Order: sequence, then structure tokens, then C-alpha cells
Amino acid sequence: MAAAMGQQWVLVEMVQAFYEAPAYHLILEGILILWIIRLLFSKTYKLQERSDLTPKEKEELIEEWQPEPLVPPVPRDHPALNYSVVSGPPTHKIIVNGKECINFASFNFLGLLDNERVKNAAHASLKKYGVGTCGPRGFYGTFDVHLELEDRLAKFMRAEEAIIYSYGFATIASAIPAYSKRGDLVFVDEAACFAIQKGLQASRSNIKLFKHNDMADLERLLKEQEIEDQKNPRKARVIRRFIVVEGLYRNTGDICPLPELIKLKYKYKVRIFLEESLSFGVLGERGRGVTEHFGINIDDIDLISADMENSLASIGGFCCGRTFVIDHQRLSGQGYCFSASLPPLLAAAAIEALNIMEENPDVFQVLREKCKRVHKALQRISGLKVVGVSFSPAIHLQLEESQGSREIDIKLLKRIVDYCMNNGIALTQACYLEKEEKYLPPPSIRVVVTVEQTEQELDRAASLIREAAQSVLN
Amino acid sequence: MANPKAVCNGHYHQKQNNLLKSGIYKKNGIAKQIKKNGISNGSFYKQPFTEHFEQAPMYVAVFTYVGFTVGTIFGYLKDFLRACGIQKCPFAIEREEQKDFVPLYQDFENFYTRNLYIRIRDNWNRPICSVPGPQFDLMERVTDDNNWTFRFTGRTIKNVINMGSYNYLGFAETDANALKTVADDLQKYGTGVCSTRQEMGNLDKHIELENLVAQFLGVEDALVFGMGFATNSMNIPALVGRGCLILSDELNHTSLVLGARLSGATIRVFKHNNMQSLEKLLRDAIVYGQPRSHRAWRKILILVEGIYSMEGSIVRLPEVVALKKKYKAYLYLDEAHSIGAVGPTGRGVVEYFGMDPDDVDVLMGTFTKSFGAAGGYIAGRKEFMDFLRTHSHSSVYATSMCPPVAEQIVRAMKCVMGLDGTTKGLQRVQQLRKNTRYFRQRLHEMGFIIYGNDDSPVVPLLLYIPGKIAAFARRMLEKNIGVVVVGFPATPITESRARFCVSAAHTREMLDTVLNALDELGDFLQLKYSRNSKSSRPELYDETSFELED
Repeated sequence: MAAAMGQQWVLVEMVQAFYEAPAYHLILEGILILWIIRLLFSKTYKLQERSDLTPKEKEELIEEWQPEPLVPPVPRDHPALNYSVVSGPPTHKIIVNGKECINFASFNFLGLLDNERVKNAAHASLKKYGVGTCGPRGFYGTFDVHLELEDRLAKFMRAEEAIIYSYGFATIASAIPAYSKRGDLVFVDEAACFAIQKGLQASRSNIKLFKHNDMADLERLLKEQEIEDQKNPRKARVIRRFIVVEGLYRNTGDICPLPELIKLKYKYKVRIFLEESLSFGVLGERGRGVTEHFGINIDDIDLISADMENSLASIGGFCCGRTFVIDHQRLSGQGYCFSASLPPLLAAAAIEALNIMEENPDVFQVLREKCKRVHKALQRISGLKVVGVSFSPAIHLQLEESQGSREIDIKLLKRIVDYCMNNGIALTQACYLEKEEKYLPPPSIRVVVTVEQTEQELDRAASLIREAAQSVLN
Repeated sequence: MANPKAVCNGHYHQKQNNLLKSGIYKKNGIAKQIKKNGISNGSFYKQPFTEHFEQAPMYVAVFTYVGFTVGTIFGYLKDFLRACGIQKCPFAIEREEQKDFVPLYQDFENFYTRNLYIRIRDNWNRPICSVPGPQFDLMERVTDDNNWTFRFTGRTIKNVINMGSYNYLGFAETDANALKTVADDLQKYGTGVCSTRQEMGNLDKHIELENLVAQFLGVEDALVFGMGFATNSMNIPALVGRGCLILSDELNHTSLVLGARLSGATIRVFKHNNMQSLEKLLRDAIVYGQPRSHRAWRKILILVEGIYSMEGSIVRLPEVVALKKKYKAYLYLDEAHSIGAVGPTGRGVVEYFGMDPDDVDVLMGTFTKSFGAAGGYIAGRKEFMDFLRTHSHSSVYATSMCPPVAEQIVRAMKCVMGLDGTTKGLQRVQQLRKNTRYFRQRLHEMGFIIYGNDDSPVVPLLLYIPGKIAAFARRMLEKNIGVVVVGFPATPITESRARFCVSAAHTREMLDTVLNALDELGDFLQLKYSRNSKSSRPELYDETSFELED
């Protein structure tokens, strides 16, 4: 009864409001209601005029469309088309295109490529495990040799944990995108190698390049970022920041100024990823790389990535650092989770190579002496300049002045390389993908020093290069 | 039903609109490409193409979600306890000196790993200590703190039947005779190469291998790379770039997705193995051109795989090739799992469908699965390979393949091709086919839901409910059988599965042991979800029913 009364009250009030409303109000409301009714019953239309093309026109478009050829034709005399063929193992004495030469082109720094102990270890592994692992690490592809190698690498580098990949290129290219995602910030050196560039591209982060080895430029960029952060502190709290540098740069042979980088790290709160492919097994008292060279605590570097294809004369790569950092890659490193694991014979070879490195710690000093010798001997060759630090085993010889265009330079350098090859020294030009590199280094000849080269051979190589430069460039 | 509108016995049969994700008509859960007198669509398929993608009953989906919800709730509870300090944090934490840095991982990113994955982590990354043949030895490991850390007891579990390794043709072996050439090459060349293909890493071994691969596939030229994953991620960017269109299957492998992303081309995804979806995308792409500017696309590349490793389905190659020819697109076929595993002589899906290898523009594959080695290859016409030799990222920046591994591929390929003078290779291929057929047939009869094509050696068995993932894997290990289980995020959240990889090296007894164990476990864990009628055949199987067609 009370409810009915309540309802009646509401109804009366409504009718009263209706009578008391001003006329214009009622008319406006009426027009609105009519408009709504009209819209409800009108046909819908699409915003884009996709229905403009008739089926016949569509067929015509399909008929007419011509794609580009899948690949553009490659000219017959493209410099990279005909590879030099190496018959037999690429060891100290190498047979290239039928000629026997001394090898100054393979990154076999410690000469472990044809070491008997390494081969025996690989043989034993072959007998026990066969060749392939037939699966990724997650699905029965983890062998005890992998676990042992990771353990040994971690102990050797005095890090907490190490993780191995089955391919050197994939190591840093999978490690960077595992941590740095879209929206994060990465400061990277201009001269970073291609694998790092691909890792950065896969991560979709914001990249800021700083001039090669120029700490002032890096600090400038960091300061600018600090100013940005103050404008938007909330966003700044979630953007991760990284600096990616190489120990010894593949493209320029320089060493990175690690102590200054550490200072910048703590000042601006940026994490450091260090790529040590060329400095692992070369720098430092016991070959631990650029951290040992400068006497820096390895825990100050968040991630060290290196490949085992240079000093360890195997295949694959590894990352080492604290467990907090490395363990993440076991589930999010693409090259680790979605790819078959390293064949056990290569892992066994790497373990044996590590053993040899640990047993002969003076080999690193010997290597560095030879590098210095070559570096000195190659100075003052007219027309060529040496690029790289004196203790780097992989240095570049560039033309002092470019002779016009890149093609001409490459051809000239090729003639020098051919001259040397004909006289028993195997050299190679450093190869790049010209259209893909961010900062294309000038064409150069790569000279690689290994412990197996005797002093006579080093001197002979230097004088031969001098002769070649004389005859080709003058 | 062959003809949807057929009048049969006076009854008008309506077309059943039970379209599955593959767009095929479903009847009783079995999707058949129309079989009328054994041939369908007149000319496309020369042999029956049967794939199964049965849907589970509704209550299973409900229980799956319930399972995940319970897991999530407990996860939040555990996080809360850890944050309060009541429970210890057993995982690694940031350094003291870097505590004020921006955190490396966001809490919610790792929620799944911390709370759901860790509980059942012991089913993955199981270390082995023998050759991954049909049987292997596992290292026994125990955990004292709920899977946060493992400890090896030092014992090995011997002779576990291996249903997880990709060993399709059984080349993962340690027979000294078989590996003699590999051992010789190891002695001659060593293990490393220390240089890239373009610099000083092009060995005569690589040239021998490439010629053999080209001969095996029936194409003009081939190029080999040191890693299968890297083959995709480094070569697709060399083929396509900005202004090109990539049409990629929904369920493509991570390496193909990464390669497509790195190339900078526009990517559009079509439904898994669904030719109508692909055709629609092709038509729209050509008619409407690039988005916003409506310029024509420079080229269109279709990315498909031979066998999809999570579904066990085989690509509908004849239809894809027909579409590609009609719309002038290019086809990239990734035969990682199918090379060596399907086809009358093991040459992959191209041979399986009786097609010409020239129809596929880019034939890519890996050597890890059927050849027991490592690495990948790309094969095709000579001008195409010349372009890759000069422009592939891998030739310029990545180390070339190691010689003993190359020799393993050479000897395995020669065995399959019959060039070593025996028919052992062909026997392996046929044995694989027999094993595959037998295994799948028995599993169907038992009442499990199996996905995929009848001829694919990858057999996913659906588990659905998250609790059963761990139970299945652990109990199978107790019965001395090693299986692979996969859950989210590698599969959709409701479709966790166990994946078996049949091998030519498995004997009938091994398969029977596994099948009996599955039978028992299926009853115990109630995994037999299939609603198809079970065959009432007696236990004895007539051998003739497993013979090859011709």
C-alpha cells in the first residue's frame, strides 16, 4: 500500500514537471528524440570506401601487379661472390686456393685449433655422445658436458653463473633483447659489431649512439637523459638503462675505457653489458679479459658476453655474471630456448681448451708481446695506417687516404692481399654488409696475430706487406 | 560429406558449419579433406590428407581455467608471504650497491615464472649423460627446496626410453663404424673454424656439403650455416625489407618471427594452415597496396613450415603453391622438422606431396633433427644462392659450420640417399613411417586426443589441465620413459600437451612399452578425452595394415 502510494507520488510529480516545463525545453527534447529514432533506423555506412572497387577492377589489379624479383641479380665480379677456398684445417699453416701460406687471418689467437689434447677430448666425447644433441636445452638437450662447461667458465671468470649458447653470433644477439624491451634505453658505442646491432634491433628499445670511445660524448647523452627524467620522474622509474660496449672492438681494434665506464655507471645508474669476444683469452694476466686487464671487480659488470670461437677455438658463445642476471636468460634468451644445444664434442673441446688456458698462464703475455712487435713493425708503411691498440691481436690496416670511392679502395686492398697470398702470407679484408651497418668502417685489411707465429714469420709478414703496399700504391 | 548439398536416399543433407581453426569441415571431430574415390579437389592431393584437431569436452576447459586460477591465487599468497618476510626468498636478488638502480625485472613479468613454472620445473632441462638415441641415461636430481635448486645424487637412471629428442631417422648413434669418417675429419680439421665464410672460413668441406645438399633436394645450389635458428633470423632480413609484405602462419616458429621482425617488412598473420585466410590476405594486399599510401607492395613472401612442431600438422603445400603462382608471391618453406622425416625417400614435404622443388622459391631446413648434427641450410636457384652468398648476414659476420659436424651431415645424407651403397637410409625412412602410423593409430584407439597429420612423426597428446602436466611427466619418468610436456606460453593457455617424437630407431617393443604405460596412465589420470568410438579390434594387429601405399 505504501509502495503504491509512493509510485503514485512519483507519477504525479512527473506529470506536474511536464506541465511546468518551459515550451522551448519540450520542443528541444522532442526534436532530439525524433533524431535518435531516425539514426536508429538509418542504414550503417562504413568510414572507408572499401566497397568502391568492383570485383572486375580487383581482378584487373591482381592481374597487373608485378612484384620485384625475389633477389636482384648479383654482378659476376662482386668481390664477395667468390670465397677463397681453404683446403684442410685453417691452422697456422693454411692452404688457401691451393697455395700454402702462414695464417694471419683466422682468429686462432692461442693456437688451440689443432691442439692434440683438445682433439682427444673431442674424440672421447664423440664416442660417448655422438655428434648432435637432437633437442633444445629444455627438452633433453642438456648434457652433463654443458653443465660442466658452464661451471668451468663461471669459475674461470670468477662469476657466479654462466650460460652457453650454440652459436657465437646468437649469444649477444639473444642476450640484449632478453633484458631490454620496448621503451628501455640503451647507450651503445658507434663502432659496435653487427651482432650487437641485431640484438638492439630485436629488442626494439631506444638506441642512443655515442662517439667511439668518447666518454665525454657518453656523459653528455647521460646528462641529457637525466634532464628528461626530471621532467617525468614516474616514467623514469621504470625505464631500464644499459650501456653496451665491447672489450676489444672488432671493427677498430681499440679497447674500451672500462674504469671511466664504471664511474659513469654508478653516477647515472646505468647497467653495463660488456661484449668480450676478442678480449677473452687475450687480455688480463690469466686471460680473463678486459676486467682483469684493468683490475676491476667482475661483479661491477652486469653481463659479460663472449664467444668461444676465437681463443677457445670451438663454436658457440657464453654469457657470465651474477645469477640474478644470467638465470633470466634460461627462459627468455631466444637463441637458448628455441634452438638446439651445442654439440657435446664442441663443449668437451672448449673444456679442454679452458684447461690448457689455466695451465699455461704465460701464453697471454707471449701473445701480447707478439702483438706489440707486429704493431711496431707495421708502422710507417707509406700509404697504410695501423688501426688498433698495440696489444690487440686483431688490428686493421687502412689506407691513409681514400683513393676516391669505396670500390676503388677495396680493389686496391685486394691487390695487396693477393700479393701477400702469392708470397705465402694469408690475409683477408674485413668484410661488412655495406647497406646494413649503421656506421660503416672504412675498408681495411685484417691482420691477426696468434701465439703460433714465430718472430721470423711476423717480421716476414710485416716486410711483405710493406713491399705489397709499395708496389700497389705507388 | 563430399558434396554438401547432396541428396542421398531422398534426404537433403545440410552443410555442417562446424568450421575448425583450419577451416576444414569437422565431423565427429575428424577433419577430412574431402575423400571421394581417394582424390579431392581433383588435382591437389594425390593421397589422403587427414588431420585431427578434436575439441575437448566443455568441462575440461572449465577445469583448466579453474586450475590456473587456483595456481594464481596461491601465487599471490606466496608473494604476499615473501613480501611480509614470513617465507624466505629463495631466488637471487640484486646487489646491494645497485639497489637504487631501476629494477631489472618487473614483478608482474616474472609472476608466472616465480609461482607457477617453478613448481613443476623438474620436468624440463633434465640433464642426460649418454647419446640421445632411442634410449638414454638421465642424471638423477633431487630438490630439497621445492625446485628452487637441484642437487645431483650421482646416480643415473639407465635406459630410459626417449620419446622427447628429435631423432627422427635415428642418426644419433655412437657406433664406431658409422662415425669413422667423422672421427677422421675431427682429427684432420679440429673443432673450430675461427673465421667467417667470406673471410677465411670457407673450407672445402663446406663446398662438398653444399653440393650434396643441393643434390639431395634436387635444386641448383645450397648454402649451409652453423645454426638452424640463425639461418632464419639472419637470412629473411636479406630477402625482404621495408615496403615488402610477409604473410606468416599463426603458429610459425620463433626464429621465423624474429627474422620477419628484423627485416623491417610489414607482417600479416593468417590462420594456421587456413588457405581461405591466406587467399583473402593476398587479395587484399595486392588490391589495396601498402596501408595509407596505397603504393604497390614490392614483393610478398609467404612463410610456412613443413611440419609444425607443436601441432604435428603438415602444411597444405599444393594449395599454397597454387595460391603463390596465382598471386605472384614468393614462398619460404621451413622444413626443420620435415626434412628426412616425411616423403617416400625422406626429401621432405615437397616430395611427400609429389611436387617439384622448383615451385618453392626458398627451401630452408635444419640438420639438427633428422641428421643428428647441427646447423641449417637454404637451397634454391643459383642466382638466389649467389645473392645470399654476398648478402646474408651469416656469411659476413658469423662463424661457419665446424667440419666434423659437416661430415656427420654428409655421411647421414649419403646414407639416406643410398650413396653409400646400401639401402639402410631408405629402411630408416620406411621404419619411421611405420612407427609413426602404428603409434598414432594405437593412441587414437586408446581414446586420447591427438593433434596433427597421420604422417607426422611429431605426436602431440593433449593434457589440458595444468595439474596433469607435471603428474604426467613425473609418472612417465617413474616408468622409465622420458617425455616432453609443454604448457603456456609455448601453447595456448588451455591446450597444454605432451609431445612425442617417434624415431626410426624405436623398436616395436619400445613403442609397445610406451603405449602400455600411456594406457595405464591415461586411465589413472583420466586423459582419454576423445569422444570418437573406439575400435573394437582384437589385440593382434595385422602387419599388412601398416604397409605403405605404393
